Amino acid sequence: MKVLVAIKRVVDPNIKVRVKTDGSAVETANVKMAMNPFCEIAVEQAIRMKEAGSVTEIVVVSIGVMQCQETLRTALAMGADRAILVETTAEIQPLAVATVLQAIVGKERPGLVIMGKQAIDDDCNQSGQMLAALLGWPQATFISKITLAGDHADITREVDGGLENISVKLPAVVTADLRLNEPRYVTLPNIMKAKKKPLEIIKPDALGVDVTPRLKTVKVAEPPKRGAGVKVADVADLVNKLKNEAKVI
Amino acid sequence: MAILVIAEHDNKQLKPGFANTVAAAAKLADDIHALVVGSQCADAATAAAKIAGVKKVLVADAPHYAVPLAENMAALVTSMAKNYSHVLAPATGFGKNFMPRVAALLNVAQISDISDVVSADTFVRPIYAGNVLATVQSSDPIKVITVRITGFDAAPDAPSPALIENVAPVADSGLSEFKGHELTKSTRPELTAARVIVSGGRGMGNGENFKLLEALADKLGAAVGASRAAVDSGFVPNDYQVGQTGKIVAPELYVAVGISGAIQHLAGMKDSKVIVAINKDAEAPIFQVANYWLVEDLFKAVPELTAQL
Repeated sequence: MKVLVAIKRVVDPNIKVRVKTDGSAVETANVKMAMNPFCEIAVEQAIRMKEAGSVTEIVVVSIGVMQCQETLRTALAMGADRAILVETTAEIQPLAVATVLQAIVGKERPGLVIMGKQAIDDDCNQSGQMLAALLGWPQATFISKITLAGDHADITREVDGGLENISVKLPAVVTADLRLNEPRYVTLPNIMKAKKKPLEIIKPDALGVDVTPRLKTVKVAEPPKRGAGVKVADVADLVNKLKNEAKVI
Repeated sequence: MAILVIAEHDNKQLKPGFANTVAAAAKLADDIHALVVGSQCADAATAAAKIAGVKKVLVADAPHYAVPLAENMAALVTSMAKNYSHVLAPATGFGKNFMPRVAALLNVAQISDISDVVSADTFVRPIYAGNVLATVQSSDPIKVITVRITGFDAAPDAPSPALIENVAPVADSGLSEFKGHELTKSTRPELTAARVIVSGGRGMGNGENFKLLEALADKLGAAVGASRAAVDSGFVPNDYQVGQTGKIVAPELYVAVGISGAIQHLAGMKDSKVIVAINKDAEAPIFQVANYWLVEDLFKAVPELTAQL
């Protein structure tokens, strides 16, 4: 089975972002970028399924600026076979991501699409569900376990209050949650090998899709800061302050 | 035009986020309809009718709605959405699962996790783990929205209940099938509904040590949460997780124990009214958001605190 994994290049999750002085956007120039952590988990899952023999080919796709090639090369170094960059400098919102991926799925015909559950920049948590909707495929979000079983996949999902087990017909779109796996580190020999793997660059126009944003960002701002707190001397002091000052216990 | 609010429930009881989602809807328009999708869910529908602001409760009751599978939820909501200007659901695991599917089927954007309403087409939503607030404007004919429930105070009970009407279910998609739940058994309040939360981080050392927090939580009538580091380390299940990728909470009192305060964790709890941090590292970033902080070994401080309450 062929698996398609969609990945996003985002600001490194360990970086504290700053708002541009004109309040128009978040400053991303000269900021360290990385693969979205949930996308890494998605790539890792595809590789493990290939290593287990249930997957034959892994195609990774990213949408964005030319530098997304670096993110795709990372996925290739982890163990993906082939990469596609849908190259654009435009702002790509989740519905546009889903529309582009729908066109790629039409060309590649994978049996399964794996994505991260959420990008840690816009925190939208939409693209996987939207892709499944556009394709008319079943979806399984926030998955912590997946087993392929012929014409369907057995899934464990993270839900509020615990876990949910479902079975989805294939082909399907699944989105990775944190505990699905722990992504591997890329090794230098694999980085070298990844440079020779195929990476195709196409434009959204060539796919015949409209990626116009639907939401306009009016402004961005930093949230109000919490006031400075106080250090308490000991447990007795803490209990006293909670009772008599904050009055919460 | 009216607003449709989709209720989260377990067929018997409403989840607490419903009243908050109705409160968000009330900032948009007066004509609010609630949709209760379930199987033998009359009790949940009755409860929804008692929330102030709800004008009408629509009930879709069918065996295949016993659990809210995304494909079935989206098909039903999409079939009804054209009569509404806005469709809202809580930004919980429930709403996040099927609402983007609704939006895509309607060919509109979803506005995720709104924390405030500016106008009928403009909303505030946190991005970058809550480190930035974006104000976004939608030009779509139907606004599909998930609501950050901590951003809105719950709507009160109504003086008289709203009308309840049945709506026809849409046939089971057959695309996915529910097999079972493995729910965490707990007598403590749910994280997202708790007045007090006691959370542990990597500093707890192992899952066994969470018993210390449970004892404290029992004294306070609190829920027990955890940082992603504690979940990653396998100390506690994932549904304990508070943070950017876990649950977003804003209790009256949040006690962070052995949590350093990574931005991903702060994202989930920094709107709490009072934050207490207990950590032996005087440099821990959690202290920057804490109202009260105690620099002490948690294994000494927590039992002492439990004893003094």
